[in-house]
Amino acid sequence: MSLRIVVCVKYVPDATGDRHFADDLTVDRDDVDGLLSELDEYAVEQALQIAGDFDGDGDAEITVLTVGPEDAKDALRKALSMGADKAVHVEDDDLHGTDVMGTSLVLAKAIEKTGYDLVICGMASTDGTMGVLPAILAERLGVPQVTLLSEVAVADGLVKGRRDGDTASEQLEASLPAVVSVTDQSGEARYPSFKGIMAAKKKPVQSWDLEDLEIDADEVGLEGAWTAVDSATERPARTAGTIVKDEGEGGKQLAAFLAERKFV
Amino acid sequence: MAEVLVYVDHVDGAVRKPTLELLTLARRLGEPVAVALGPGAGSTAPALAEHGAVKVLTADAAEFADYLVVPKVDALQAAYEAVSPAAVLLPSSAEAKEIAARLAVRIGSGIITDAVDLEAGEEGPVATQSVFAAAFSTRTRVSKGTPVITVKPNSAPVEAAPAAGAVEALTVSFSEKATGTKVVARTPRESTGRPELTEAAIVVSGGRGVNGAENFAVIEALADSLGAAVGASRAAVDAGWYPHSSQVGQTGKSVSPQLYIASGISGAIQHRAGMQTSKTIVAINKDSEAPIFDLVDYGVVGDLFEVVPQLTGEIKIRKG
Ligand SMILES: Cc1cc2nc3c(=O)[nH]c(=O)nc-3n(C[C@H](O)[C@H](O)[C@H](O)COP(=O)(O)OP(=O)(O)OC[C@H]3O[C@@H](n4cnc5c(N)ncnc54)[C@H](O)[C@@H]3O)c2cc1C
Ligand SMILES: Nc1ncnc2c1ncn2[C@@H]1O[C@H](COP(=O)(O)O)[C@@H](O)[C@H]1O
Repeated sequence: MSLRIVVCVKYVPDATGDRHFADDLTVDRDDVDGLLSELDEYAVEQALQIAGDFDGDGDAEITVLTVGPEDAKDALRKALSMGADKAVHVEDDDLHGTDVMGTSLVLAKAIEKTGYDLVICGMASTDGTMGVLPAILAERLGVPQVTLLSEVAVADGLVKGRRDGDTASEQLEASLPAVVSVTDQSGEARYPSFKGIMAAKKKPVQSWDLEDLEIDADEVGLEGAWTAVDSATERPARTAGTIVKDEGEGGKQLAAFLAERKFV
Repeated sequence: MAEVLVYVDHVDGAVRKPTLELLTLARRLGEPVAVALGPGAGSTAPALAEHGAVKVLTADAAEFADYLVVPKVDALQAAYEAVSPAAVLLPSSAEAKEIAARLAVRIGSGIITDAVDLEAGEEGPVATQSVFAAAFSTRTRVSKGTPVITVKPNSAPVEAAPAAGAVEALTVSFSEKATGTKVVARTPRESTGRPELTEAAIVVSGGRGVNGAENFAVIEALADSLGAAVGASRAAVDAGWYPHSSQVGQTGKSVSPQLYIASGISGAIQHRAGMQTSKTIVAINKDSEAPIFDLVDYGVVGDLFEVVPQLTGEIKIRKG
């Protein structure tokens, strides 16, 4: 028996950098350092734990998959150094400006080409922050979605997990193959060890373009996007507020401010 | 006039406030037709009619509660096919976003999530989104298919606009995939008795500076004096001082209240992502260099254990 896990990871601009838009209103990826989305590290971590738990039953193999520019290889390397087995990088000039519908199409084709029993995603990308791609992937692949899990386990061909929703906490169950997404409550991601970093250099990274996936260029990219950004404006800096140092009356001063603004 | 589908978020027939806000936005685009699913769906009609729904399509079946997301997608798709709307609007809850996304794929439409405003445009609805932790504001359109748009709470006022709100039963046949993910158990979240975090007009949050679960009583007392919801930073949640359901930020709730009061919170980018669109921001922090002070309308540099109780006391006096 084997368990083929595909982890979808995104290469994103560093949230602590000065993120902005390029002239064509796509996310500028040149001026800010990129990295493996922190929220996808949780997906890699859960994949490693699931694979570890499976080991007695047969072979588990983890493939990390990204759709992104040349530099996105850095994200794959990081995931490999954490312990994933191999990587797939989908890269094509025609992908520039692809929105979630295009990205999910490419990911679905790549996942099918790789072969899978379980797909694991992060809860949201830290740049787009939509948090909908895993649900779309499940729809496209025609398999169950078991998403936004704070706890996950795989056994006997079933994936089980806990989803902490707005109004209730739910215990979910589905049979494989399935698409899972995990939250940042699922458990801290491990740091790559020195050994892991060295080993990652030798792990296979496959590159595919749109042709390899039999996707037409007009289905993706800025032209193929199903949404259009008309403008992006920098939020005006907040007008500097009043800052007082508490010298015994700070609470009262604050109450006066709240009263002036009619909150009290 | 074109019809606009509005997905109703309700608890046993009690319509949640973000849905009433959606009706305000829907009326800018056309005539709202509401879709209410699950137990109590029929009881949502009076509130929806009061706020502009011309029709309320309802369906109830065990599948809605017993299986994740897909049965609701099937139902919304049935409503979409029955109505042929000009747009489909949903609240930006985690579940509704997933429903929206799957519907969009099925009907071949683009999707916009987390809009903070919506208006009619030449080429269909134009959504305003707040991105990169609210550093930028974008105007976005759906360019393919019927726009599917999710809207954040507190993005529009609730307005009375009485309409017929005629209830019609929606016929739903569930797809084969509807029963793919079983909900084997459900534990409802205990009510705190305070306003819902994402819907509240005032949010009072505590961070690492609160320094202990028991000290959150100080934050709660302030919140209660203002009738506010209580929030927490991830540092406070990770420390186990406050439940994750109260976390504000990128991986918690995104809030946009009239007033946000942060105590003992430094203002990391991931925290800002969830609160930066608040109308008035106030912070109490003993470090005058804390980045949260870049955002505030009013800030007090001081010890929260001195300032917050004094503030709470003063509010109580003023409120008599
Ligand atoms: C992928 C990712 C997602 C994240 N998501 C979130 C999220 O959703 N929400 C979130 O909040 N964070 C999130 N974070 C974490 C975030 O980066 C910060 O670590 C976190 O917000 C810090 O919380 P804090 O401000 O309470 O703690 P700190 O940064 O430690 O700040 C505590 C503040 O309290 C002040 N203080 C201490 N004692 C007192 C006192 N007695 N009186 C007054 N002030 C005092 C200190 O001066 C300090 O400024 C995320 C991080 C990552 C990487
Ligand atoms: N370009 C991408 N390549 C690989 N995985 C992605 C990509 N974009 C999004 N994902 C996955 O989908 C999840 C949710 O993304 P999103 O819906 O964009 O917030 C992420 O946490 C990733 O696991």
